[in-house]
Amino acid sequence: MNKRGWLALLALAGLTAFAAAPDYPPVLPGRPLSFPRDHGAHPEYRIEWWYVTGWLDTGSGEPLGFQVTFFRSRPNLAQGQPSRFAPNQLLFAHAALSDPTLGHLLHEQRSARAGFGLAEAETGDTDVHIDDWSLRRGADGPYRIRIGGREMQIDLSLKPTQPVLPQGDGGYSRKGPQAGEASYYYSQPHLEVSGTVARDGRKQGVRGTAWLDHEWSTAMLPKNAVGWDWIGINLDDGGALMAFRIRDGDGRSLWTHASHRRADGGQAAIAGKPVTLAPIRFWRSPRTGARYPVAMHFAAGGLAFDLVPLQDDQELDARSSTGNVYWEGAVTALSGGQPLGRGYMELTGYYLPLGL
Amino acid sequence: MLFSELRTHTARSAMAIVAIAIGVAMAYAVHLINESATGEFERTVRSLMGNADLEIRGTEAGFSESVYPLVARLAEVGTASPSVAVEARLSGRADPLKIVGVDVFRAAAVQPGLIGRPEGGRAGALPLLEDDAIFLSPVALRWLGAKPGDPLHVQVGLETRTLRIRGTLAATGEGLRLGVMDIGAAQSCFERLGMLQQIDLSLRPGTDAEAFRARLSRLLPAGVFVSTPAETVRRSSDLSRAYRVNLTVLALVALFTGAFLVFSSQALAVMRRRGQFALLRVLGLRQGELLRLILAEAALQGALGACLGLGLGYLVAGATLAWAGSDLGAGYFKGVAPQVHFDAAAALLFGLLGLASAVLGSVAPAVEAARASPAQALRAGDEAAAPRGLRSVAPGIVAIAAGAALSFLPPIDDVPIAGYLAIALLLTGGIALVPRLARVLFARLPDSRHVPLHLASTQLSGSPGRAAIGLAGILASFSLMVAMAIMVASFRTSFDQWLTVALPADLYLRAGSAGDTAYFSPADQRNIAATPGLQRVEFQRSLPVSLDPERPPVMLIGRSIDAADPASRLALVGTPRHPRSGEPPPVWVSEAMVDLYGYALGQQVFLPLGGRRVAVTVAGVWRDYARQQGAVVIERQDLARFTGDETANDAALWLLPGSGLAATEQWLRQRLANGDRVVYSSPGEIRARSLKIFDRSFAVTYLLEAVAIVIGLAGIAVSFGGQALARTREFGMLRHIGVSRAQIGAMLALEGALLAMLGVAAGLILGGAVALILVRVVNPQSFHWTMNMSLPWQLISTVAIVLVAASAATATWAGRRAMATGAVRAVREDW
Repeated sequence: MNKRGWLALLALAGLTAFAAAPDYPPVLPGRPLSFPRDHGAHPEYRIEWWYVTGWLDTGSGEPLGFQVTFFRSRPNLAQGQPSRFAPNQLLFAHAALSDPTLGHLLHEQRSARAGFGLAEAETGDTDVHIDDWSLRRGADGPYRIRIGGREMQIDLSLKPTQPVLPQGDGGYSRKGPQAGEASYYYSQPHLEVSGTVARDGRKQGVRGTAWLDHEWSTAMLPKNAVGWDWIGINLDDGGALMAFRIRDGDGRSLWTHASHRRADGGQAAIAGKPVTLAPIRFWRSPRTGARYPVAMHFAAGGLAFDLVPLQDDQELDARSSTGNVYWEGAVTALSGGQPLGRGYMELTGYYLPLGL
Repeated sequence: MLFSELRTHTARSAMAIVAIAIGVAMAYAVHLINESATGEFERTVRSLMGNADLEIRGTEAGFSESVYPLVARLAEVGTASPSVAVEARLSGRADPLKIVGVDVFRAAAVQPGLIGRPEGGRAGALPLLEDDAIFLSPVALRWLGAKPGDPLHVQVGLETRTLRIRGTLAATGEGLRLGVMDIGAAQSCFERLGMLQQIDLSLRPGTDAEAFRARLSRLLPAGVFVSTPAETVRRSSDLSRAYRVNLTVLALVALFTGAFLVFSSQALAVMRRRGQFALLRVLGLRQGELLRLILAEAALQGALGACLGLGLGYLVAGATLAWAGSDLGAGYFKGVAPQVHFDAAAALLFGLLGLASAVLGSVAPAVEAARASPAQALRAGDEAAAPRGLRSVAPGIVAIAAGAALSFLPPIDDVPIAGYLAIALLLTGGIALVPRLARVLFARLPDSRHVPLHLASTQLSGSPGRAAIGLAGILASFSLMVAMAIMVASFRTSFDQWLTVALPADLYLRAGSAGDTAYFSPADQRNIAATPGLQRVEFQRSLPVSLDPERPPVMLIGRSIDAADPASRLALVGTPRHPRSGEPPPVWVSEAMVDLYGYALGQQVFLPLGGRRVAVTVAGVWRDYARQQGAVVIERQDLARFTGDETANDAALWLLPGSGLAATEQWLRQRLANGDRVVYSSPGEIRARSLKIFDRSFAVTYLLEAVAIVIGLAGIAVSFGGQALARTREFGMLRHIGVSRAQIGAMLALEGALLAMLGVAAGLILGGAVALILVRVVNPQSFHWTMNMSLPWQLISTVAIVLVAASAATATWAGRRAMATGAVRAVREDW
């Protein structure tokens, strides 16, 4: 799950964590996911995102992390405004490359109000775009990402190798002790990536493995939540591990959850077990002063490993679009020095708490 | 020696210095005012356009928003930022507020200055998107006396809508009065759904802007244009260019007058100091050294005058901007409150111009003095010799002929340069010829037994050189005064007549005193038409239309008009054309349309209406003093048919005999929804207000007329003051042979009066000719309207009489010192 987006969008929408306007549908259990409909947008809900993270191999031996996200927000304003420019649906997108030889993220972002075919999040199947940035799902399953930035251009196709992975209870994912503190959430782990990444006009062919999250909700966080830690790891054995921890102001866990789907498709018995995400090492951002636990120890059920970042500085400053600063980085899962898998870790609420 | 001359003849030197100072001050002030106005335009346009490479713009009514996705998708476009703009009428305010609706997500990249900064630290884009949120520029906040959190009431149609001031704007021009809203909110609030006023584009790096622009132009609907920021600046400053050019010319006239005064003062000083110079020559000073000495004196005067003038000009510019705005009250720059910025380069230029005019003014006298043979100059009685340059007739005739020829040339770059040159040549030619005229005329004066008259006419015909300078002064000042008086009178009379034709009804209603958000809806119009005691009602819709991206928009006016009798509503020039069946609908165009767009009677032209090119026929040309950028009148039903716009800005009501104006207005106020927001005016009020504005615009010319008269009198004073000193011996001799002191006084008065009469008579002819050029050439070429000549005889004859009397008095007063010298001493002085 990509709680990083929540923070951002909730702050953007200027809401307190649990204030939902009456005409937003609530997130309740017992709504089975239905595809391809649920690949598409759910414009009646307050917030929604498609979050793609992954590791790329450029052929030079140096791995490259990448992240592409599209956010949709339905702010509580402009109700009944007859203009075609009425800001009923807002779209945001981030793209970042994590290259250790650079020492920090390459990052670009886009924002727009939906409309005029220039920026849209379509219903029915995944088809979201802002100008020349797009994420589309082909009829037969593969996704296509196109990002045209000033400093980088990304063109990737992502082919599913496993079935869709509904999170939580058949796609109903609790985020707090209250029933309404939840989202609809599914993942697509182990996406097979191929395509090109261009930086400074130099285009490289790339291959790799990615993880896609699609999540929508109206109000999901407990009111005293300040942020979360999240991981999504493609295990080398074909398994997929997702875990998150919602934190309060003192760093205590308000809610945790983990899920582990084995390569054979069966669920490991860690759902509902306590989740440990304990800092091993901190890094302080020279730009914002925020201090992030960039290396963590994970433990849940019988599974335990360390998370080691591809590089320390994977801080993402999105203040000019969704309004947040957080850490979103490529990590390797190591157990006794042996790699178990690779994925992404997200650390939010370390710069400023939720509810700015 | 330089300074000793300054010290001993303080008054005369001061006069020349002041004249130079006035000229420099005026020129510099006009320049500063222009610069600050155009500078402010530039900053305003820049802050509105931000870092846009191109701007797509239609009429003020806007163009369809479907253009936006079309343009935004073009490969060359980096970001396309759409906006709507209105001149919003505010409740209880005479001036409108410009409100721009932007899409913050697009504007952020192109026009960062238009992004609101919410008060109270709320982050993110959301506070900017609320549908009642408005963000004001610092200037607008100050103008409204408001603060963030306050409500802002805007009038839409005849209704009031309430917005909230949520914060301020990032850097916008200090002179810019502006509010910014969300584009969706603005479209909804101001009922501009589906329409945009502008799209600002930033292009992708490496795009060939010119080639792209050409391609883009072909994609846009009729009446929608692409321009660069520089062109937009030029277009806004073009609005007032003719006015500013004319002000600059007035400033040059002042500088010229200053140069003339330096010339007269130097010429007389040189004559008076002939002895002194001759002595210096005898003592070994070379010709060139003497020349340089005299020129250095002039330069000193010029430098002092220039410095004084620059300081004065800066103060005048500041005071004028603060008091009347950068258009001197003429109403060109609304919402722009510029500040004076000291301009060192211009200061140097105008300072040097002042210095140069002083030096040039003394070249002729200096050369004359340097050339004079010392031996002859040392002898008495030679002061009467006039500077050689004044003796020849040919240059004067050539100048006048050239001037007459130039007045037939067309404008250069929309500025009547040839016309102004013609005026300058006529004046110079007239001044050059007048001494000869004086000699011829005064020699023919009938001999008289009246002693002072006899003496005066003998003196004038005998040594016309002495009189030449005073005469030239009177001639120059009176002809300028006559020219301006005739021009203003012609304009004012024609304007008055035009108002009569333009205001035929009994009562006028305007939906709002300002802005384009106030209008009468069709329902309002039906209510107005239902007013009891009404004989007739006509509605009018005005909307600006761009016909040429290089020019400011022209006003398209939809009104009821009888194609068979357009003269009943329009001040027609020439005969209108009767519409023929089968040809496109008729329009009647103002004179400016003929000048600027080449429209001709009977011609078929195309107007961009409702996004299409609509063919119309030019059926008549009318005189319009209200819109110098051009206006097109079209039958209101035709306009509604082409644009779908059935609203109106104005209504004209004709009342049945017996219905009172006050009662009708009262009825409308009560029965019309929001009838109190309507502005009611009688033709009398409109006329009075219009004439007041007219008089204020021309106040500067009245001032200049007064200055011209004072300078003319100063010329007489300098002339006779100098002569009187030089003629001390003559007066002594006259006293010696029994002429009384009173008779000498009378003689001087007569000399002054005769000289002034000649100057006035010649000035009348010359001024009439200049006025003809002003009325027939300069005005039509500058402002694109014509007028009928009209002579303000009463004013001219009064000034003429006052001038002659004042000259007589001045001449006597200037000679009083010489008369005071004892007769014997005076005669002895040089013997």
